[in-house]
Amino acid sequence: MTDWLQHLLILTILLPLAVGAALIPVDERNRMLKGVFGFGSTLIVFVVAMILMRIAANAGNQPGTGIYQLGNWPAPFGIVLVLDRLSALMLCLTAGLALAAQVYSMARWHTAGHHFHSLFQLLIAGLNGAFLTGDLFNLFVFFEMMLAASYGLLLHGSGPMRVKAGLHYIAINLAASSLFLIGVSLIYGVTGTLNMADLATKLATLTPDNRQLVEAGAAILGIAFLVKAGMWPLSFWLPPAYAAATPPVAAVFAILTKVGVYIIVRLHFLVFGAAAGASAGFGQDWLVAGGMLTIAFGAIGVLASQAMGRLAGYSVLVSSGTLLAAIGLGHAGMLAGALFYLVSSTLTISAFFLLIELVDRGRDAGADVLAVTMEAYGDFDEDEEEEEVGVAIPGTMAVLGLCFCLCAVLLSGLPPLSGFVAKFAILRGLFDMPGTDLATAMSAADWTYVVLLILSGLAAMIAMNRIGIRTFWASIEGTVPRVFVIEITPVVVLLAACIFLSLQAGPAMRYMQATADDLLNPLFQSERILSAPRAGGQ
Amino acid sequence: MELILSAGIGALTASGVYLLLRPRTYQVIIGLSLLSYAVNLFIFGMGRLRVNAPPVLNPAGAGELASYTDPVPQALVLTAIVISFAMTALFLVVLLASRGFTGTDHVDGREQRHD
Repeated sequence: MTDWLQHLLILTILLPLAVGAALIPVDERNRMLKGVFGFGSTLIVFVVAMILMRIAANAGNQPGTGIYQLGNWPAPFGIVLVLDRLSALMLCLTAGLALAAQVYSMARWHTAGHHFHSLFQLLIAGLNGAFLTGDLFNLFVFFEMMLAASYGLLLHGSGPMRVKAGLHYIAINLAASSLFLIGVSLIYGVTGTLNMADLATKLATLTPDNRQLVEAGAAILGIAFLVKAGMWPLSFWLPPAYAAATPPVAAVFAILTKVGVYIIVRLHFLVFGAAAGASAGFGQDWLVAGGMLTIAFGAIGVLASQAMGRLAGYSVLVSSGTLLAAIGLGHAGMLAGALFYLVSSTLTISAFFLLIELVDRGRDAGADVLAVTMEAYGDFDEDEEEEEVGVAIPGTMAVLGLCFCLCAVLLSGLPPLSGFVAKFAILRGLFDMPGTDLATAMSAADWTYVVLLILSGLAAMIAMNRIGIRTFWASIEGTVPRVFVIEITPVVVLLAACIFLSLQAGPAMRYMQATADDLLNPLFQSERILSAPRAGGQ
Repeated sequence: MELILSAGIGALTASGVYLLLRPRTYQVIIGLSLLSYAVNLFIFGMGRLRVNAPPVLNPAGAGELASYTDPVPQALVLTAIVISFAMTALFLVVLLASRGFTGTDHVDGREQRHD
């Protein structure tokens, strides 16, 4: 990697941060201008993320590649940003979702309140930082940055429902942040390091009583991320908050739960991986049990939901639960499938959140209420050119119905789309144990997971069918909703990404497999981070 | 000193968690503040307690680790204070908005039958 390519890593954080800050003093009447700048910034981040993904895929294993030392201080002392296949993948996914949500918001939702695009940029900066950082305390800082922006975005558009959901969301996340700090400082107090790679090498050398303290710290830290990921007893805030958020915000929130999952993956394999001595695999059983209960709770919630917003919220829980349990079960073959599932389910749920509002618009008085809310709390001077952007396309219901069908197939994991490929890859990894008898090699937990994974798909299918029939077939007084082209395009693009993922499942799975192999080889990873040379050849 | 500090952290945490579970938004925000004070003290304590020792430079005992306190927790505490302060301010705004919308300071936006 040449010198200027090295700096691309920090660009994914600095650019959204700078653009977000620069947009704050711009007058709210220039909303389209703000939107264009915000979109441009995200587009650049997306392109950079693609380049980084290519770099990570081609040269990710060479020592020193993708390690960015801030202030040119070497790893255990200075702050490092670490690029590997997993973080590059998450960067791409974030930027892709953000692009779709931003385009969608420019039809009307960004007029519902102030500073929408600034908050959006800050959210992206926080997310990118959380994916790239190599030490625990900066993880906290980026995590808080992301959360602060998400509070603002959740409240965007205001109204009693959003404020109520926001109040719960903020209170829970603030309490979780306190737990985060307790965990981090406990780990620092015992090991004297905050760098994750350094931590991985130090864990094996601890005395038993110190090891217990670190494990207690890690458990407290884990609770903070599990709140974010929405593991069962910690997830009651999630469906109301996601259902109350405006559609573009809910769409990008689909990746916020994945931040929790991502960090659990990181800590689980890097810090408590094979190199951790007696601490290896710490907390696995809890992840498995919690993940499975989350799938069960989410599936019941999906079946019980009347409104589509809540259905999507519970689908987020099913997706988190599937991932957490897959991580906890810890079979080497499953991890690649789980990563594939992460990408596929995030794209699907995001598209679904965007689609819901378009469908709901034609269904009942909800659209009118929203319009009233917009007039009461939005900006008074609507831009003229916004009116010209939208064209009422004929056959709207056909397009919406088709998108809805694709969402249903993807959510429930039916062939031939990526939802099926992902679940199939997870199950294949689970069953794939060469040389042993399947009946003895698989534990009760493994079988329960198989059953839950398939049943959760069935639950999603039933719920989506019921709502689909009510909306598209049997709607009595439903009017055809007015849908702007720039509103339906992001939905189509996100679903097209899922279809592309299904068509290119081979190369995608190879990438995921390489990512999984990296994760399962933590000592090599920490060696790579700690031995990275300083710039200037020292 | 260790005893006083740990007792202080314990009392702050216990009061914070108790208030966090109360039904009024004002109690919740005070609970969160107390909890963040407890956390800040806890981070401070994790750097080991030393009396009259500077964190970074000490001309008298330069080069001797024994004459310093750990500077990292102090930097962490500073960041944590700033962030938790900002978050409390933001939460306060949301709390006032909620009060304005619902006319009550109950966390669910409506009164229960008996509190």
